[in-house]
Amino acid sequence: MLSYLLFSITIGGVYALLALALNLAWGSAGLVNLGLAGFFGIGAYATALATGAGLPVALGLGIAMLAGVLAGLMVTGMTLRLRDDYLAIVTLGFGEVVRLVALNERWLTNGADGLSGIAAPGKAALGTAGFNWAWCIGVSLVVLLVALLLRRLDAGPFGRALRAVREDQELAAFAGKPVLRLKLQAVALSAAIAALAGALYAHYQSYISPDHFQPLITIYIFLAVTAGGLGRPLGAVLGAYAVVAFLEGTRFLAAEVPGIEPVQVAALREALVGLSLLLVLHLRPRGVLPERIPAAPKVSA
Amino acid sequence: MEALLQALVNGLLSGSLIAVPAVGFTAIFAILRYPSFAIAGYVSVGAFAGWWVNTRFGFGAPLALLAAFVAGGLTGLVCEQGLLRRLMPSGALTVAIASIAVNLVLENVLRFFFGNDLRGFDLPIRPDLILGGIFIGVQQLWNLLLAVVVVGAVFGFLMFTRFGRAMRAVADNPDLARLKGIDPARIAAIAVMLGAGLAGAGGVLLGLDTSIDPMTGYRVLLSVFAAAVLGGLGSIPGAVVGALALGLAEELSLLVVPATYRTAVGFVAILLILTFRPRGLLGERAA
Repeated sequence: MLSYLLFSITIGGVYALLALALNLAWGSAGLVNLGLAGFFGIGAYATALATGAGLPVALGLGIAMLAGVLAGLMVTGMTLRLRDDYLAIVTLGFGEVVRLVALNERWLTNGADGLSGIAAPGKAALGTAGFNWAWCIGVSLVVLLVALLLRRLDAGPFGRALRAVREDQELAAFAGKPVLRLKLQAVALSAAIAALAGALYAHYQSYISPDHFQPLITIYIFLAVTAGGLGRPLGAVLGAYAVVAFLEGTRFLAAEVPGIEPVQVAALREALVGLSLLLVLHLRPRGVLPERIPAAPKVSA
Repeated sequence: MEALLQALVNGLLSGSLIAVPAVGFTAIFAILRYPSFAIAGYVSVGAFAGWWVNTRFGFGAPLALLAAFVAGGLTGLVCEQGLLRRLMPSGALTVAIASIAVNLVLENVLRFFFGNDLRGFDLPIRPDLILGGIFIGVQQLWNLLLAVVVVGAVFGFLMFTRFGRAMRAVADNPDLARLKGIDPARIAAIAVMLGAGLAGAGGVLLGLDTSIDPMTGYRVLLSVFAAAVLGGLGSIPGAVVGALALGLAEELSLLVVPATYRTAVGFVAILLILTFRPRGLLGERAA
């Protein structure tokens, strides 16, 4: 039970990083990234391949983030000037292409069988129980660190400029903000965080396959960010842990429904995720922790 | 040379299937101004409705198509009025994200009742025609004919009926249309019924071509988007041209890349067209 709890918290931390990445792109800059699972996958495969070739884990994490940034700039660089809904369509396609490549380039990714035996730092030295504890604490610390960093950025000039771009990019450009550069920076940082989440996941599980990067994950993260409060890093983190608790909860709940087949259990759980996202959007569109928008300073007469 | 001709024929045949849901998608976009990801769900719902009347009552392809149009259209109307419409004030992106959730729910309702198994329509198996060394499936030819009839009916509706003209007016200039006394809510409802119905009909065509399962719609979603973006979002003739162009591009690229990368062709097509001609082949609006 304890190891299950530690596992869930660690996975919650990975989702929290993804939620932070999405919140930065979507919440602060208004850029919808439907290919989040693709960046997650790129990070995981990059570090798995790099450490598999003998590089240390720390370098693997760095390479994963770099790969995420490059992919992010490549995919969005061409479409950032266009309407926002084009970006949604393009990133959705990107997520699918990453999965296709992972499935089909067997020489690189071992196809549907996935990569196993990925370096799991600490597993040998600490034993299974110690490893679970260490990773649970370690991932949580990374989440805290990234969340605090993003909160700082969010409150600073960078965050304010991004919001200006989100609200009215022509006005922001008129006010002298480098709109395109700000968007690219937001995409790059967001992609790096998503790739980091993937890399941590790969080392923690020490096994990855294309099945781990289904588009469904992206929907989980959208649910997390909308539920937690779009535009608030801490809200995104809260939302991510809540979504993992919800997913695990529905696992038990669905098992209680008598006389249905496993495929029906899976269908019920996924339908519940979709319904919850709709419910949140209708009832609490600004989330549990709504974005704080400071009032404009009073102009003295 | 024969391989090339075969690819051209296959491309036109498969492109004509994508054209039907692509016209549906672009019709919804033209009026409601959001990209509907729920179109994938409408495709699958239509596919299952058509399959059901076909295997249960022995109805042929045209009646299955009609059943799918009605089932898809009604599903679309219910989802739009019940779940999506109220989110309109929060912006097009919020509605688009909600439409992803709608798709997830629809897909899993189908999965709950029908499971993940592949299902085929109950149709006589006919041998392929061979014309000068080119293989053409008889069923595929029928599908092409059905697709032409469906798209032709849509054009007739838009050109010659009052609702069709009102729809085009709203797509062109919503404010002016409202001043002329066109009720935007009613036009939106008709557009969604038409668009989702076409998606459903497309589901049957895809099912007649191969087989169906709850993911049928999601698998063609990217191709539908690519066709609509290629032709210019919101342009109905554009969606037809875009779908045919995409079908050709997919089949021609199969001459050089493995078949498993078929979906990726749509993605590359979107990237290229957005980079070099963001309005699409026939679109009028930029940015």
